[in-house]
Amino acid sequence: MNAEKPYIEVKNLRKHFKLSRKEILKAVDDVSFIINKGETVGLVGESGCGKSTTGRCLVKLYEPTDGKIFFEGKDMNLFEKKDKTKFCKKVQMIFQNPYSSLNPRMTISEIIGEGIKEHNSISGKEVKEQVYGLLELVGLNKEHANRFPHEFSGGQRQRIGIARALSVKPEFIVCDEPISALDVSIQAQVVNMLLKFQRDMDLTYLFIAHDLSMVKYVSDRIAVMYLGSIVEYTDSGELYKNPIHPYTKALLSSIPIADPKLQESRKRIIIEGDVPSPVNPPDCCKFVDRCSYSKAICKESRPVLKEVSNQHFAACHLY
Amino acid sequence: MKRLLEVDNLHFSFKTYGGEVKAVRGVTFYVDEGEVLGIVGESGCGKSVTAQCIMRLNPEPPGYFKQGSIKYKGTEITSLSKREIKKIRGSEIGMIFQDPMTSLNPTMKIGKQIEESVMNNMSVSRSEAKTRAVEMLKLVGISDAEKRYTQYPHEFSGGMKQRAMIAIAMACNPSLLIADEPTTSLDVTIEAQILDLMKELQLKFNTSIIMITHDLGVIASLCHRIIVMYGGMVVEQGDLHEIFYNPKHPYTWGLLKSVPTLNMDKKEQLIPIDGTPPDLFSPPIGCPFAARCEYAMEICYEQLPPEYEITVKHSTMCWLQHPNAPEVIWQETNEGAL
Repeated sequence: MNAEKPYIEVKNLRKHFKLSRKEILKAVDDVSFIINKGETVGLVGESGCGKSTTGRCLVKLYEPTDGKIFFEGKDMNLFEKKDKTKFCKKVQMIFQNPYSSLNPRMTISEIIGEGIKEHNSISGKEVKEQVYGLLELVGLNKEHANRFPHEFSGGQRQRIGIARALSVKPEFIVCDEPISALDVSIQAQVVNMLLKFQRDMDLTYLFIAHDLSMVKYVSDRIAVMYLGSIVEYTDSGELYKNPIHPYTKALLSSIPIADPKLQESRKRIIIEGDVPSPVNPPDCCKFVDRCSYSKAICKESRPVLKEVSNQHFAACHLY
Repeated sequence: MKRLLEVDNLHFSFKTYGGEVKAVRGVTFYVDEGEVLGIVGESGCGKSVTAQCIMRLNPEPPGYFKQGSIKYKGTEITSLSKREIKKIRGSEIGMIFQDPMTSLNPTMKIGKQIEESVMNNMSVSRSEAKTRAVEMLKLVGISDAEKRYTQYPHEFSGGMKQRAMIAIAMACNPSLLIADEPTTSLDVTIEAQILDLMKELQLKFNTSIIMITHDLGVIASLCHRIIVMYGGMVVEQGDLHEIFYNPKHPYTWGLLKSVPTLNMDKKEQLIPIDGTPPDLFSPPIGCPFAARCEYAMEICYEQLPPEYEITVKHSTMCWLQHPNAPEVIWQETNEGAL
């Protein structure tokens, strides 16, 4: 085990939203994990599982309801103004929707340059030079700088979002479903670009997605979330080879495989029913109603995330 | 097997003040009774417009049929009047759209939406229509059907809304179902449920399905035959195994190579297709894929390739199939073509 402090440590993170006097939406409900420098941690799960909310807490877009997040060993709740400024430079986000995450009234040059100007006292000319450099880096060019977002395709807008994230020379980027809105062939272009930048600039990523095959391709370790909690957490190769939690197993077997022979021969586990609501969740295993292996204890208490085999954690009463 | 649908050299364009958008540029394919045809291609390739042509759902104007024909059970669709096409919609051909959130009327109870379809197309009484609607909800796996019948779309989850869409589309037992990206906006576990449902219904009622999607995994799990579209044209068509294991068009190779498989490592690179789709205002005169094709020859830019038959059920529109062209072999590994 590493004696050094991890780069990012999330401890018992909770983010609740109060909908009314009696209804609390527990989007993130006691989540703990670490991210080491230079690695990619994948956060995977379906709509409403809390992965985007977790990502937003990590970039301080949301303040946690409870729990702590440590960045480079420092508690983010205790940041002073100068810590916050440094943090904004080091930590950036790439958003899911390339159509709504760029200000439609700003030119590309203004969008990408905004962060540079904010964090550096350099001349306008130098900012422009840096903007051109970034555009080229993401496969666009100088001519695009004076255009507006609506003049670009989804894939191009996503590249602009990436250029914006890189503009302040960050160390850690939260990628919130950066490719879901893109066509398959464009997804591959964007993912390859993200991986190249990681190698060249020594970046650390939290890669949030619901596309399980893409997540495996980019991540070193993966955490599977269900209704606000992490149900399984391990090395990416290990997760796909030996899934432990019934939800993970079902999730993996639901992915349609682009190979007809494999698709036909595999054993499918179809989960019945819909994802339950994160409003006032029960105090037992949240997956119990859809689980084909549930026992009596599953309805009584909430399972805790524990090490089931070497560096492979799962939250399930069966283990 | 009876031929249900025949699309022959279809050309469909939109008149805009920027010029003519040539959305569909000579598409030919067929659908037999009881089979599932997949149409795969990226955004802007013309797959949705083609499907909507079959039900005359594209606004005309600005859309118009430039050339070609669509025959459904022998009847020419492109020349039907509005009244005549209404008789076919719902009762003969049903459609499931991509986004159930916006395709259901938010101010109308779900039960009534299904009933509406039944009343429009079958001569039954109101109470018979209601019975049919509840039956359909049960058929698509919505539990508590009687209660759900009285609810509004916002009270349904995403997966349930899609099931409701399927119920509406299947209510009059159409012979052909057109599904335009029906699971793209759904979570993977719900997607698996919906695909299973569609498979079940397809077998039970021998319905033909046209499945439009960019997800090769969905194609692999449901379709019998596939057409690959690019730049408004069909670049390759064949049965499932032929397309996945013996593809002949460089665009198909590109699609197959750019999808990560579950046994891939980070070390194996994803091979994307560089570049972007062609401009449909002024599409290239030659092969629409030439500008992005690794194997493009001079002739590819100058002339549209003819359709070459590989086997009886597999053809492709590519100059590489010409007897004088160099041999390029597709390999099943991620090393791609040799």
